[in-house]
Amino acid sequence: MAISPRYTREIPHRYRLEAQRFSSGYVTLANRYVDPETGSREFENITLSGKGKILTWTVISIAADAYTRETPFVIAVIETEEGARLTAQVVDCMPEDVKTGASVELVFRKIMEEGASGIINYGYKAILI
Amino acid sequence: MVGIVGFGSYVPSYRIKAQTIAAQWGDDAAAIERGLMLKEKTVPGRDEDTITIAIAAAKNALKRARIDPKLIGAVYIGSESHPYAVKPSGTVLIDALGIGPDVHVADFEFACKAGSEAMFVAYSHVKSGNMDYAMGIGADTSQGAPGDALEYSASAGGAAFIFGAKDVLADVKFTHSYTSDTADFWRREYQHYPRHGGRFTGEPAYFKHVLGCGERLLEKSGMKAQDFAFAVFHMPNGKFPLKAGNTLGFTNEQMEQGWVVNLMGNTYSGSSPTGLAAILDVAKPGDKIFMVSFGSGAGSDGFIFEATDKITETQDLASKTRDLLTGKKFYLDYGHYVAYRRKILFNE
Repeated sequence: MAISPRYTREIPHRYRLEAQRFSSGYVTLANRYVDPETGSREFENITLSGKGKILTWTVISIAADAYTRETPFVIAVIETEEGARLTAQVVDCMPEDVKTGASVELVFRKIMEEGASGIINYGYKAILI
Repeated sequence: MVGIVGFGSYVPSYRIKAQTIAAQWGDDAAAIERGLMLKEKTVPGRDEDTITIAIAAAKNALKRARIDPKLIGAVYIGSESHPYAVKPSGTVLIDALGIGPDVHVADFEFACKAGSEAMFVAYSHVKSGNMDYAMGIGADTSQGAPGDALEYSASAGGAAFIFGAKDVLADVKFTHSYTSDTADFWRREYQHYPRHGGRFTGEPAYFKHVLGCGERLLEKSGMKAQDFAFAVFHMPNGKFPLKAGNTLGFTNEQMEQGWVVNLMGNTYSGSSPTGLAAILDVAKPGDKIFMVSFGSGAGSDGFIFEATDKITETQDLASKTRDLLTGKKFYLDYGHYVAYRRKILFNE
């Protein structure tokens, strides 16, 4: 993530799963105002339920600097009930318990800290249900 | 009628056994388990802190309250482990749960009773007619220094309570607070771990305040211990709450449901609130509940609740405390425990 202004801007989708559903049916969690397939600007704001399934996943053994002490950990592509696709860490599980198609729920967790004196970044991760 | 309209708790999935800590320091595990009356304690995940625990508990409280979060006029989080020294935990919570921005938010601190303090103030707001709903939360990721007796008990978890005047599921009948300057446990600024007065934390601190508050609450209400279905007290270990309860005339059977310390440890600000949540999970309409917290420094908050006809329909709407305590668990060895609790110093 990033410094305070960007972090604050991303709060609606990272904290509350506020998403956009376009007239074509395309649902996006990261804020988009244009449908990438149709170019439509017609959308409604929705709040995702937080429930979904794992489409694919991998185990990270060599991580970016902020996460080197958390390895190994699981990162998954998840499709929510509403059809939004997102990438999230899958936590509170053993890597061998993660399967494609497994049901997950998004929970509110700490994502990273910006050093010892910077802000703490929060957002969604997934747990197996 | 003003009381609890929604309640919820949360404990992390990670645990360390008392015998694992005893093995590290060469202590007698059987004597420790017998003395403290606890076998294991919760440990926060690497990505969990007081804010994430408070939010998980508050989500469960909202599921039971079934109200629009925007109607909540105040949110208070009591903790001695707020992640920021300066920046309120409650600001993250209200934005995560869609409460506010028209909301009064404050973080409370009073050692282990900051949670009941938050409940006390939230309840008072609604009782005064100042607002329709207010939320009080107790949550902690408490710290015990390596090798210290507190390391066996200091754990993580929390509970949230929404107070209101409509569709009340546990009516607040009486309250009382009892406070004095008693230096039994403290942590100075910039210190990683608290210090405590050893045996001074017992009779002159915990028992003086818990019994003082409890006796006055019984006097105020004109009730006797046998009038209650349940009782819960702050749980720094397994023995203290049972001894305090017995002294006030409560039986172990009345305290059993809320006595979660043997599986959870001492969640500090979340301790007696989590025990109360475990009681509300099973209480029947008409059951009376006696609660006294304790925070070092020192003070106690007391509440008498009476469950209403509404309680039964809310109990299955969110996770129950004892299910969380006995559900998914990952046991840590001491090395992983100190890494999870960030007791290892690294170069930045």
